[in-house]
Amino acid sequence: MVSAVFHAPPEPIAAPNTMKKVAASALPISAGAVKHSKPSGRDWTALSRGFWLAVLPPLCGLGLLVGLWAVVSATTGGSIPSPQETWQQALEVFNDPFYRNGPNDQGVGWNVLASLQRVAVGFGMAALVGIPAGFVIGRFGFLSRMFMPVISLLRPVSPLAWLPIGLLVFKGANPAAIWTIFICSIWPMVINTAVGVQRVPQDYMNVARVLQLSEWKIATRILFPAVLPYMLTGVRLAVGTAWLVIVAAEMLTGGVGIGFWVWDEWNNLNVKNILIAIFVIGIVGLVLEFALIKLATAFTFEEVKS
Amino acid sequence: MNNPAKFIEIQGVEQTFKTAKGLFPALRGIDLTIAKGEFVALIGHSGCGKSTLLNLIAGLTTPTHGALLCANKEIKGPGPERAVVFQNHSLLPWLTCFDNVYLAVERVFAARESRQQLRARTDAVLALVGLTHAGQKRPGEISGGMKQRVGIARALSMEPQVLLMDEPFGALDALTRAKLQDELLEIVARTQSTVVMVTHDVDEAVLLSDKIVMMTNGPAATIGEILPVDLPRPRRRVELAEDPRYVHCRKAVIDFLYTRQGHVEKAA
Repeated sequence: MVSAVFHAPPEPIAAPNTMKKVAASALPISAGAVKHSKPSGRDWTALSRGFWLAVLPPLCGLGLLVGLWAVVSATTGGSIPSPQETWQQALEVFNDPFYRNGPNDQGVGWNVLASLQRVAVGFGMAALVGIPAGFVIGRFGFLSRMFMPVISLLRPVSPLAWLPIGLLVFKGANPAAIWTIFICSIWPMVINTAVGVQRVPQDYMNVARVLQLSEWKIATRILFPAVLPYMLTGVRLAVGTAWLVIVAAEMLTGGVGIGFWVWDEWNNLNVKNILIAIFVIGIVGLVLEFALIKLATAFTFEEVKS
Repeated sequence: MNNPAKFIEIQGVEQTFKTAKGLFPALRGIDLTIAKGEFVALIGHSGCGKSTLLNLIAGLTTPTHGALLCANKEIKGPGPERAVVFQNHSLLPWLTCFDNVYLAVERVFAARESRQQLRARTDAVLALVGLTHAGQKRPGEISGGMKQRVGIARALSMEPQVLLMDEPFGALDALTRAKLQDELLEIVARTQSTVVMVTHDVDEAVLLSDKIVMMTNGPAATIGEILPVDLPRPRRRVELAEDPRYVHCRKAVIDFLYTRQGHVEKAA
């Protein structure tokens, strides 16, 4: 499970003298006026340049996506709805995202919230079990050798393969879906935490040995802060996977949820809503990822970064 | 029954490492006695096992053969009575400088002293290395020399019986190094600590130590020669530079390192 963060190349910074030239040539006004407006004019040029560099390429990308979509829609003779039609439908859907017309007909807001709730519960339980387990596995060689084969065996299994077991044991669709989320999000957290503990620099452990710190002090003062960045990577991978899996799991279990919504709209042959759901799933996933990256950078210290 | 002349005793110590290429004999037949309050420098070419010997005294590793005693007790593992100043300072980057030192102070004195006394101790030792102003900064926010000083402060704060220093000034520029050496001279004169310092700097060894232990090249490195440095203290580097005894010691060490143990490539 590798998740790379996609970075745009760094923005080129224009040399100040070229900007001055641009500003000066752009403002061939009387001397007094130039004196007054020169600094603000220069700022404006730089700002707009930065703005366009930040906004234009993503807009081009999105434009390309929508363009391709329109082409596909036109060539399939409208069986895939056009971006325009989908937009109209989206306005309608988001006009009232929180309606309830019975258990199988609820607004998209309720569906997203239901999915997020399952992810939160399943992921939360996985974190409660997986992070301490990762610490213990990383700290003690015996446990590491004991559990690593088991984890290696179970980790590649599609979490959906565990869904029938969940249904059998918990006798309900909702707990089974949560169970699936639990299974899929526990592995990245266990493994990343364990690897983080094993990679705590020997120097820090030597400090602990010379000071003869208690196991509790070692855990709170050295292991936990040193492992935190690894752990947060595990959390990020886990949340990403959980968000991928919940859609599939809900397609199978039914009920309320964005995955079920997709499947329901497919049964209704309402392709526009499926496309809307794809965007909603993407945006929610993006927000989750972004929030966790922000969290991770806040807890990464100089020495650990390098 | 502590004999102050035999505070640390190293008897027939051998250290062999298991490597991918088989057994690597790092140290052979090391016998050394260090008196209480003595400042000993371990000097030798890179890879001659100076740090290995220091780690053995620290108790971070155990010897393959032989015994190490400190105050007539066998060294079985590391402990706060033998404080180590690590080569790369090894400060915890998520703690402030104050907290880095406090961690050590708390470990050693928390059983006997109040929190206020512990904080006072930490402040005092930071003042000793001239870092009162940097107490609330994280290691990432201060210079390399300051980090090394915090590392020294942490070691001193434990009031150790022995201060073990592994090339503590190796990564610093010459001016900072000289300044810290002078500070260390003052501190050691005040605290009467027993110090074992690994170095590859001839001037540093002669300036600071009472005894220079010169090691032969590895593998199977051993002590080649022990040179007593009987220069009077307090020592000042500017006056010493022309002192014939200083020049003589310096010459002896250089002679050992470059004439008799000059074939470093053989060790590689």
